[in-house]
Amino acid sequence: MKRIITVTVLNQSGVLNRVTGLLMKRQFNIESITVGHTEQPQISKMTFVVNVEDEQKLEQLLKQLQKQVDVLKVNDISEKSIVVRELALVKVVSPPAVRAEINSIVEPFRAATIDTGKNVVTFQVTGNSEKIDAFIDLLKPYGIKELTRTGVTAFVRETQKVHSTQLSILQ
Amino acid sequence: MKLTVEEAEQMYEEPETAEAPKQLDGADVLIETLKKHQVEVVFGYPGGAVLPIYDALHKNPIKHILARHEQGAIHAAEGYARVSGKVGVVIATSGPGATNVVTGIADAMMDSIPLVVFTGQVATTVIGTDAFQEADIIGITQPITKHNYQVKDVVDLPRIINEAFHIASTGRPGPVVVDIPKNMATGMFVVKEDATSEVNLPGYQPTTTPNFLQIQKAAQAITIAKQPLILAGAGVLFAKASEQLAAFAEKYQIPVTNTLLGLGSIEGNHPLFLGMAGMHGTYTANMAIQTCDLLINVGARFDDRLTGNLAHFAPNAKVIHIDIDPAEIGKNVHTEIPIVADAKEALTALLEQNTPNGNTAAWLESLHVNQAQYPLFYEASEERGLLPQQVMELVHEYTNGDAVVTTDVGQHQMWAAQYYKFNQPHNWVTSGGLGTMGFGFPAAIGAQLAKPEAKVVSIVGDAGFQMTLQELSLLQEMRIPVKVIILNNQALGMVRQWQERFHGERYSQSLMPIQPDFVKLAAAYDIKGYKIETYEDAKKQLKEALASDEPVLIDCRVVQKESVFPMVAPGKGLHEMIGVKPE
Repeated sequence: MKRIITVTVLNQSGVLNRVTGLLMKRQFNIESITVGHTEQPQISKMTFVVNVEDEQKLEQLLKQLQKQVDVLKVNDISEKSIVVRELALVKVVSPPAVRAEINSIVEPFRAATIDTGKNVVTFQVTGNSEKIDAFIDLLKPYGIKELTRTGVTAFVRETQKVHSTQLSILQ
Repeated sequence: MKLTVEEAEQMYEEPETAEAPKQLDGADVLIETLKKHQVEVVFGYPGGAVLPIYDALHKNPIKHILARHEQGAIHAAEGYARVSGKVGVVIATSGPGATNVVTGIADAMMDSIPLVVFTGQVATTVIGTDAFQEADIIGITQPITKHNYQVKDVVDLPRIINEAFHIASTGRPGPVVVDIPKNMATGMFVVKEDATSEVNLPGYQPTTTPNFLQIQKAAQAITIAKQPLILAGAGVLFAKASEQLAAFAEKYQIPVTNTLLGLGSIEGNHPLFLGMAGMHGTYTANMAIQTCDLLINVGARFDDRLTGNLAHFAPNAKVIHIDIDPAEIGKNVHTEIPIVADAKEALTALLEQNTPNGNTAAWLESLHVNQAQYPLFYEASEERGLLPQQVMELVHEYTNGDAVVTTDVGQHQMWAAQYYKFNQPHNWVTSGGLGTMGFGFPAAIGAQLAKPEAKVVSIVGDAGFQMTLQELSLLQEMRIPVKVIILNNQALGMVRQWQERFHGERYSQSLMPIQPDFVKLAAAYDIKGYKIETYEDAKKQLKEALASDEPVLIDCRVVQKESVFPMVAPGKGLHEMIGVKPE
């Protein structure tokens, strides 16, 4: 099952290495990872998407992360009400003949054209991963020259649903 | 003019305060900080990158044990830490010095031994240029340390050392590496007089006090259990909770089994003790796990050598797991009542519960029947020759169960675990999780330094001993009275045993008929050595050797084709033991 996990860490050198090294050591697969400063310069936040087999493995992952000295807080926010965003840059073959057609496809995604050449256009699109997948799928038939994605970053919303699952250790 | 003492002192002090603030270099600060942490002994080996540190050691002595290989130094520090309960301190130089301690760091991580390992490093100005004797020891040791640090600014040095000692010795203990670039050791440092040793680590707050609700749940479960069992691991020893363990077991009349590393946490001859459990545990202990209805794990981590096949493990048991490391709870075995706490605090809380005793008389009776029917056994005869189990029984007899015993890994380790019954805790030093050959002998040196009055017996195999025997130099130099007892079967015994059982008796690379003459080898180091080939010899020589105040090496030529039994074959459940009775 896919989980979105946020990890608040002390911004020490090597801390990203510690977290990814730990995941490798314990055989967890990272699908994507994003890291950046928070509002406090000495604290960084990582958001990563991992695939875990079951609840027990998930609990292990959270506890092992929590054990790291530089890790302040670990949250599995998958079950919560969250805002998830990812950004992708997509360079598409777009000769003048089909450009209008492509633009009409792109429009509902609220993608921005950030670079244009004679036969190619680069779009920037943001949203959750599914939206970006859909965007890419629609553009594929026209020929994607280059593609880069940032991986997801996420936030817990201010207002939460009442129920949330708890791990056995917290009971 | 007459002055009072106070006035005179004030006058004397004034010129000092007027002077420039006291400056020390990083290496001096390191030694000063070690003293603050009451470090009495460090184990190490000098080299280029740690020259400034060794210079500071020379000016400002702390007892330094010069091992003959860094691996020997770190295993000695592990032995010291295990027996003394203090932090073991190691110094190694950069590059090869640092990589030579990697095995010991991994060993300490697996067995939760508190170590602070200082490694030298090339100067910060050349890190990353593949400089002479440069190795990325932070990267290398990151997965095998509790935490590690590289000093990048000399003013951080005291804070880092304080944190390193705090992290190594609290919570679940473990090794911490502090990598010190050479220019950090020589960098000048203005000493702040008000510097405290207090640490501020917001991301590291181990839980030691048990949750009261969980304790109540556990007490309830104990009351209704008909067949409860305590599995005591090394966590009991780290928490120094042996008294509480015995009191708890006696109060509720619950039998106790041990993990390999938990041996000594309860007296070996205690009537409620069933012996060690696991792959080579006693029949009674393993069957108790398989039939109990409540398993109370105190400070053990359900290692695979203990549990056997997890699918068959303790099928009827409700599990209470007391562990200071929350990540161990639920890792391998589903746990109904998790208690994250220090073992001593948890056991004390359970003792204070004063819930009525469940009646365990019938359960204990059935276990006693098993003990009588399935004791540990071996088949001795004069024709077969000397058996390793006989040696262990004699060692136990002649030291009255009071010795510190250290081992490597393998057959000799299992025989020591099975046949040496410890009267006191903290006398058993073995490499459990990592299973490190070459561990036992240097560990014995550290153990002897921690307990100078104790008899320290290093039980080693002929192969493992040859991995770190260079440390005989330390026995020669310091006359450390360690008794080295080699259970010499001219083979890698456990490998040979598995090849016999599971690989069609193809003894691939496990037999070692050509060996040094260990007695002459001992003589080369000015140590008394004996070779023993018969039981009669063993009785005489072991008694004499174990009574001696000098280092002694005893080469016991034991039967090669002796296997450790009983045994749970790999992949099998604990109830599927083989070799439980003579054929």
